Amino acid sequence: MEREEIKSSRRKFLKSAAILTGATIGYSWLKGSTFLLHGAEPEDKAVPWYGIVIDIEKCIGCGSCAASCKQENDVPKEPFFFRNWVEMYTVKNDGSVEIQSPNGGIDGFKQTVPDDEIFKAFFVPKMCNHCAKSPCEQVCPVGATYLSPEGVVLIDEKYCLGCRYCIQACPYGCRFIHPVKKVANKCTLCYHRLKKGLDPACMEVCPTGARMYGNLRDKNSKIVLFLKEHTTQVLRANLNTGSKLHYNELRSEVR
Amino acid sequence: MKFYIPPQLKRLFVAFAIFISLFLVVRHFLRPATFGQYGHYRGASLEENAALPAHYAGQSACFDCHQDIEDMKKLDKHSSIHCETCHGPGLKHIESSDAKDIVKPAGREFCAKCHQTNAARNLKVVFQRNLAGHNTDKNCTECHNPHKPWKEKK
Repeated sequence: MEREEIKSSRRKFLKSAAILTGATIGYSWLKGSTFLLHGAEPEDKAVPWYGIVIDIEKCIGCGSCAASCKQENDVPKEPFFFRNWVEMYTVKNDGSVEIQSPNGGIDGFKQTVPDDEIFKAFFVPKMCNHCAKSPCEQVCPVGATYLSPEGVVLIDEKYCLGCRYCIQACPYGCRFIHPVKKVANKCTLCYHRLKKGLDPACMEVCPTGARMYGNLRDKNSKIVLFLKEHTTQVLRANLNTGSKLHYNELRSEVR
Repeated sequence: MKFYIPPQLKRLFVAFAIFISLFLVVRHFLRPATFGQYGHYRGASLEENAALPAHYAGQSACFDCHQDIEDMKKLDKHSSIHCETCHGPGLKHIESSDAKDIVKPAGREFCAKCHQTNAARNLKVVFQRNLAGHNTDKNCTECHNPHKPWKEKK
């Protein structure tokens, strides 16, 4: 009799354990698979979901974007920390690559390699990729950095501890400690301007229209049409950050 | 079948319940009011970020007063360049109408930022000159009007 009781309770235990394990795995698989494929787009379709396009062919390396960004967002010019900056890549005939970014490009570029040694050269403007699955947001221990409903990665300056964990986590090197405020700082896609109906400062001043931003949800927006017609790439796609900064004509030398 | 709970576990459950409720009470007082409103962050921070002051006005605001420049600029190559690309942030100038509050760039170095020959610049996008061999004793604006650079000044 006693033996029978033990047997039945063991069977019950195994059964419930199996159901629990199965349900957990099933739930995580269902939740995980959509998460991996699409990123965490919010449901509300009325809210825009911002993406950015940078056309490398059009960038002439004037540094207006980097200079205007600092002025718009009250980041001191020195020390040289940047919300956005420009890099000049020079590929030489022997295959070596020289990457320069003197003062982030604010004071302009000078080509130091003689013309007959250059195989090809180009500028790459860099800024926050506003990832849909941003590593910086995931590592923040207090929830001071977050993805806004518009798909912009923002910082809560009052809540940030200044622990620098996000600076290490960002694979694009887009974060720094603000030299005055002593908390993390980064590109906000000029969230305060977007909310006032203005364009981000870097897009406002770009003389060649190399930068573009827009609502990825609106399938007739300029940016979506551009993405349709061009072969664009994101930086470090292998890291699956869900980057929303798309580069047109991105060369393989770019890191 | 009777579910048997050992007495030492009962005491442990009580201790757990006390700790968890203590944690919840402390959390209630330390958590900011809007935390978790939209997600794992302070909801009020969205408005705080949106309320930051702007410094760049946008080109249409400039043309409200400088109609003559708009007419001049739209005829030539610099038509696609917005005012604040060269003149810097303009909101302060719009509020004060003071010439001191706006930048008037000058010097060959400034034009060189875009127009100095550089293998990295696309010739189809921007006109380039090697400024080291182009009227080195003169300032660019002595010959070129920056608002319509292709029409030489008399």
